[in-house]
Amino acid sequence: MSDPTGRAAVAAVWRIESAKVVGALARYTGDFALAEDLAQEAFAEALVTWPRDGVPRNPGGWLLTVGRRRAIDAFRRRAAADERYAALARDLGEGVVDAGETDPDQIDDDVLALMFVSCHPVLSPEARVALTLRVVGGLTSDEIARAFLVPTATVQARITRAKKALGAAGVPFEVPPPEERSPRLGSVLSVVYVIFTEGSSASSGDRLIRFDLAGEAQRLARVLARLMPGEPEVHGLLALLELTAARFPARTAPDGSPVLLEHQDRRRWDRSAIVRGRAALARAEKVGRGLGYYGLQAAIAECHAVAPSVEETDWGRVVMLYSALGRLAPSPVVDLNRAVAVSMAQGPAAALPIVDELAGSGALAGSHLLPTVRGELLTRLGRVEEARVELGRAVELCGNERERTVLQRKLDDL
Amino acid sequence: MKYMLIMRATDEAFASMGQIDFDQMLETVGKFNDELIRAGVLVAAEGLDDAANGVVVDYSAEPPVVTDGPYGETKELFGGFYILNVASKEEAVEWAKRLPIQGPGFKTEVRRVPTIDEFPQDNPWIQKERAWREATGQL
Repeated sequence: MSDPTGRAAVAAVWRIESAKVVGALARYTGDFALAEDLAQEAFAEALVTWPRDGVPRNPGGWLLTVGRRRAIDAFRRRAAADERYAALARDLGEGVVDAGETDPDQIDDDVLALMFVSCHPVLSPEARVALTLRVVGGLTSDEIARAFLVPTATVQARITRAKKALGAAGVPFEVPPPEERSPRLGSVLSVVYVIFTEGSSASSGDRLIRFDLAGEAQRLARVLARLMPGEPEVHGLLALLELTAARFPARTAPDGSPVLLEHQDRRRWDRSAIVRGRAALARAEKVGRGLGYYGLQAAIAECHAVAPSVEETDWGRVVMLYSALGRLAPSPVVDLNRAVAVSMAQGPAAALPIVDELAGSGALAGSHLLPTVRGELLTRLGRVEEARVELGRAVELCGNERERTVLQRKLDDL
Repeated sequence: MKYMLIMRATDEAFASMGQIDFDQMLETVGKFNDELIRAGVLVAAEGLDDAANGVVVDYSAEPPVVTDGPYGETKELFGGFYILNVASKEEAVEWAKRLPIQGPGFKTEVRRVPTIDEFPQDNPWIQKERAWREATGQL
């Protein structure tokens, strides 16, 4: 390596240590926003001194010590105006902790608390994502900005506002008590899922400058699975991410156009990721509380992952899983997917009433998805005239040029 | 991206490992492995038995010559490996710096593991490999 103590090396240490450092400082000061500031200051100091003096033997301990020293300085500065801070500064100054010897269980609790605070419902969804990537993922504001294709200043403003909002709401730095944990966990999982989908929808062209968000989301899901092994949805989310990522190698044609599931060359799927995903799904089922929102989607992804072809997919099982998902989290897109699965399992005549009911409800109005599926079903039923009308509407509504070409071809073939 | 940490050591270094209390060593290595799992980066890891119990197959001659180990050409014997899933080469190097068994004669080589996507996708054996990985549970 040409530059073993350069910025990239410091950033790598930061990625590994940041969650532990911010977590420990937040517990130490009782102030999450301050802890994040202190950690960033310590990181900035490392960027200056490590390339000059070398990376210390215990970099995490070094960062924590610098952060602690700065915390005491901050409290002393405030002590003149407020006796409470003077007392804090005294207490912290006396409580000498060997930064190199920390209790692993305490670290786990700190990192978990950090995830729950970063994904707190008082924050906007964008702020949760930015804060999680910064404090738990150890990404710089620049990296986050590049990943989401927004200016760095926007990311910094989001993080600043988020820290203010957490302070104003008086959010404590803690893992939520058991009775609050379930809904709060939902927010954490959804943030990790959003990070993944952002990463997976990134065009491959700028992959060189964009941080691998999908990979980071998978890492965060693995960390969560390690911290909350008794939560089936955590394993379900990890399974869904692995099984979805398994299709990445097959989802773009040589010309860069997206390839839909039914046309993907399954030989190109990443079998290692499928193995990991199925193992995670088995762990979710083993908890014995059934599958939730993410687990059910993972189970559907598994049906596709293990099928040698579209025809040989266990469509009956896919229908059942979509029915369960629709009851758990009703959505017209889920109903439409169920209709497609029904048409594969029982034929187009059985699926048409589902689609007609959806059309009648006005759901998905303005989207090309519904007329696309309906046109397909009518074509298979030999009702050519009606199919032509539906596919024509789908072509009109479709915003994606490549998809529109495919639809137009189907229309011309009628 | 996946990286392999290839751990090597000289005869003397391996001998010095024998001085470490075995339970102590298991704890030290175990704690480090736990760190990797905690960070969500561990893919696989194995350590090898004593090189003296190994066998070397040399293809310089026809037919190949089989001799008892250890592998004699180098003083740096291969002792074990980790495969990590990390975001950068620097991260892989940082983990390598933290390997728990260190000292004179110990070295670790950090090498990227290319993904299967980097091979010609129309090759039937590459296509077979994907199926083989799933069938064997290979990560």
